[in-house]
Amino acid sequence: MSINRRQFLRRAGIVTALGLGGSFVINAAGSKLAEAAAESTYGTSTQGLAAKHWAMVVDMSKFKSKDDFKRVSQACDLIHNVPDIGNTKDEIKWIWEDDYEHTFSGGENEYLTESFKELPFVVMCNHCENPPCVKACPTGATFKRPDGIVDMDYHRCIGCRFCMGACPFSARSFNFRNPRPFIKENNPDYPTRTQGVVEKCIFCVERLAKGQKPACVEVSKGGLIFGDLDDPNSEVRKIISSKFTIRRKAELGTQPSVYYLVGGGEHA
Amino acid sequence: MYKGGKIIASLIIFVAFLTFPFFYNMGKVNAGPENLDSNIKLTANTQCVEPASFMRANHMQLLNDWRQAYVRDGKTVYTNSQGKKFEINLDTCIKCHSTGAASNTAGVSNPALNTTGSSKTLASNSDQFCVSCHNYASVELTCWSCHSEPGGATK
Ligand code: SF4
Ligand code: SF4
Repeated sequence: MSINRRQFLRRAGIVTALGLGGSFVINAAGSKLAEAAAESTYGTSTQGLAAKHWAMVVDMSKFKSKDDFKRVSQACDLIHNVPDIGNTKDEIKWIWEDDYEHTFSGGENEYLTESFKELPFVVMCNHCENPPCVKACPTGATFKRPDGIVDMDYHRCIGCRFCMGACPFSARSFNFRNPRPFIKENNPDYPTRTQGVVEKCIFCVERLAKGQKPACVEVSKGGLIFGDLDDPNSEVRKIISSKFTIRRKAELGTQPSVYYLVGGGEHA
Repeated sequence: MYKGGKIIASLIIFVAFLTFPFFYNMGKVNAGPENLDSNIKLTANTQCVEPASFMRANHMQLLNDWRQAYVRDGKTVYTNSQGKKFEINLDTCIKCHSTGAASNTAGVSNPALNTTGSSKTLASNSDQFCVSCHNYASVELTCWSCHSEPGGATK
């Protein structure tokens, strides 16, 4: 029964090595299976809408009544399972209505008519060209797609809310509570979120992939115009290059992709 | 070796203690997860995304790849090793792998879980496809805390 330390370690080492040998065998079997899927490929659907730089124009002349605002926000809420929690503290907002002061604070134009300053504006995530939210996100949950859309991968969000601090437009909401009990009509075609995850407007990337325009655009009766800013023939480009549009907090340099067509129609 | 005998003896007792469950269960039949087969909805086209042996060992990896492709790379179509195309979506899985049973609470919970957004999914005694196996393996299944229940996908 007398073995010395050296012998003991040697024997222990041999036993460990045998144990390791066992797992090598398992790995080899696993990689054979993996080969089965090696020939699979990932591709895009042919019916999806594509663009170099998606942008939105909000035609202010088309948002007159409460109904005009409600219609667009309800369409978005319904399709994306946005909960209605019922208090401003826990509120989740993707597209909503705000006043001039909050929408364009800082870029005050003193010669603007009073009536203009009283207009309600429809606001959402601006899908900035230089999105500070993307820079702030430590996990890459918020990222910018090649087509300009600032998208979110909810799976990766750790709920640190750095992005909310970074976004100068308050375009992001945090799920302080489990949203599911507050969703009136669940749309099974779109996931919900969980408590502790940030969310925002994503320009309906899931609809674009199927060849559909964003839900809000569809019901806006022409109030929201969506298209490729890089395409000289697109409607958004034509409006932006020929009419007077403003962007939110342009002085911050985030380069929003949402433009507000003010002064209305042909007279701008 | 100082007090060698005592050390070796304690080691033997320790190892015996550690391996007790292994020897205790040795030779007993393990029934495995329940209801696996009865939970697949047989349709005209029951071929899985990849062969069953591959899916059994690698579905978690495949789901991860699907998520990366769909959410981050904008790729929505998967062509499998036999050249067959599938829409990248959890619904593609659920269309077969669920009994399509109605959800048990206010419409948003999942029959595969029998819980409403609770993290205690392992307490579930549901017999749905994913859950029966995940419970058996004691691996928590979190997909349904955001994605829709099988009932929704098969509607
Ligand atoms: S509006 Fe805010 S959330 Fe949207 S891209 Fe710009 S900084 Fe990010
Ligand atoms: S809250 Fe989520 S999305 Fe926002 S910065 Fe943190 S991880 Fe990124």
